[in-house]
Amino acid sequence: MTEKIMEGSIAVAHAVARCSPDVVAAFPITPSTHIPQELSRIQPEYGFEFVPVEAEFSAISAVFGASAAGGRAFTATSSQGLLLMHEVLFAASGTRLPMVMVVANRAISAPLSIWNDWQDSISQRDAGWIQLYCKNSQETVDATIQAFKITEEARIPVMVCFDGFYLTHEISPIDVPEKKEIDAYAPKGKRDSLDVGDPKSFGCYATPAYYQDMKKEQDDALFASAGIIEKHAGKFAEKFGRPQFAFIEEYKNDKDAAIISMGSLAEEAELVADEGLAGVVRVKCFRPFPRDALKKALQGKKRVVILEKDVSFGLGGALATEVKSLLFEAGLAPEVTSIICGLGGKDVSVKNIKEALQEKGSAWM
Amino acid sequence: MTELFLKGHRACAGCGSVLALRYVLEALGKDVIVVNATGCMEIISSQYPESNWGVPYVHCLFENTASVATGVSRALKHLDKEGTVVVIGGDGASYDIGFGAVSGAMERNEDILYVCYDNEAYANTGLQRSGATPFGSATTTTPSEMGGKGEWKKNLTFIAAAHAVPYAAAASVAFLPDLQAKLKKAKQKKGFRLVNVHAPCTVGWKINPVKAVEVARKAVECGLWNLFEIDDGKFKLSRPVGEAPVAEYLKMQGRFKHLTPKQVETIEEHARSVKPELEKLEKANVNFQRFL
Repeated sequence: MTEKIMEGSIAVAHAVARCSPDVVAAFPITPSTHIPQELSRIQPEYGFEFVPVEAEFSAISAVFGASAAGGRAFTATSSQGLLLMHEVLFAASGTRLPMVMVVANRAISAPLSIWNDWQDSISQRDAGWIQLYCKNSQETVDATIQAFKITEEARIPVMVCFDGFYLTHEISPIDVPEKKEIDAYAPKGKRDSLDVGDPKSFGCYATPAYYQDMKKEQDDALFASAGIIEKHAGKFAEKFGRPQFAFIEEYKNDKDAAIISMGSLAEEAELVADEGLAGVVRVKCFRPFPRDALKKALQGKKRVVILEKDVSFGLGGALATEVKSLLFEAGLAPEVTSIICGLGGKDVSVKNIKEALQEKGSAWM
Repeated sequence: MTELFLKGHRACAGCGSVLALRYVLEALGKDVIVVNATGCMEIISSQYPESNWGVPYVHCLFENTASVATGVSRALKHLDKEGTVVVIGGDGASYDIGFGAVSGAMERNEDILYVCYDNEAYANTGLQRSGATPFGSATTTTPSEMGGKGEWKKNLTFIAAAHAVPYAAAASVAFLPDLQAKLKKAKQKKGFRLVNVHAPCTVGWKINPVKAVEVARKAVECGLWNLFEIDDGKFKLSRPVGEAPVAEYLKMQGRFKHLTPKQVETIEEHARSVKPELEKLEKANVNFQRFL
């Protein structure tokens, strides 16, 4: 393991290149831009096809085509770019094509904002992708490498999310494993693909006699991907010597109260846990939603405070909604507080998180 | 003929696009990979658990087919796999909703052979107006009550040429040897190639299903659809521009039934004015690839 001081986006780009993709397609959007820029710079060294397309809609479509042709394919985006991809996300997961996308989380217009929140990827939660939210750049690098293994085994696209600017532009010591180590961890396998020697049809039309059964199979596969996610996290930890959190991370979760959050916000909440005020339960895997792990982590809690940077308008925070549903299912009844914060880059300080512990019901802060 | 588009498809009787498709695949042979846009040719050929495709086939969405083909083409190259990547898309997918992706793929000169079957309307959704619908044509969104479409159709083949692509050609399902010769020529070239095929929709054009080829031939004979190619930037007519009265073409089709004599005259004047312009273009030996 060799740590180097580098920017989060640059580290992710090098991790992707060392995963030996066949095709990388991207369109620039802040704050994800440094990833494709760096990939284009190092492309001559690695030799993958780099396609600087004319829109994000085409980026994810080219990734779809590359995957259908049997290639390992990657893209990165943020915000409006991810929303523009929305239609293709469903086509990709429905066609059961493997692919990896890194999302540098950013707010959604209007009003225009380039700053961080999770509204972009949370708004894609029903698109049938695996969604992983990372707490720092090292975890993003590790998750991106694992994502290629997960997607190829589960045949479900994987979205690796990390916070725009807070992580994409943060400079920190990061270990990006060498290509030969990644080759050994994530070798490419064979699968059905477009092949003139063996003509097959992909992307059919389904009548009511088949459609729902196919969607059920897809949903079953997404649930079943939990086992694959866990397996590859374990293998990665074993090979690279870094502990990995497949679904959730519990930090000093031995108090009556727990803060539940995701991404770099959860890492910040650890500072509050260090003062003994509450434990932290970080949701890393948002889809498939880690019901079993969370039920276990929330047993016996008297109080749960959910902090999140997204909103399902007219309802509340998306993560809080999922957690409440889970608590009901598990027969648990802690006092629940739902906090929506940090939208469009609004600062959330340690002081704010402490204040959140005093809130009741739902609040914006 | 060796059928690579297999029997049992669900297209309407006399469909001009299916006829085109059969001859497109025959000309191109087995070593192709088809990327198909949502539309008539997709829904009639890929109903699970059946498929009419005797070649590898992928369908994704309506408006992103040129980009999906980009990804297929790039992956084949990197994986050193064989196959010419062939897009099959209608005028809705190619002229309109997917045009941004088509233009992007043209500008990057992606290694794709793009075949547009132009049936001059959004046929699959119920025959609404498209950018390829001709002036005066009634569609379900330009009904005869409003006099049909008030604008001229755009010329996708010239738009492709303006991107300086290696090959762009206009063909017709009524001139199969010409269509197949263009496809074979295009297949030998690298980069973005367009073959734009005029293909009657018997339902939309309101014609007798046995008359599709006859109607398509008449469109060429009266100069409303012209056969040409722009090969490495050089424009060449594939046959002399037709001079038959447009009324002969219009009266064969229910979609033009409502036209007033004035509208017919407007279309006649238009067709007559095209001929000298195309002839000047050919004679001038203009190089489209120098317009960048």
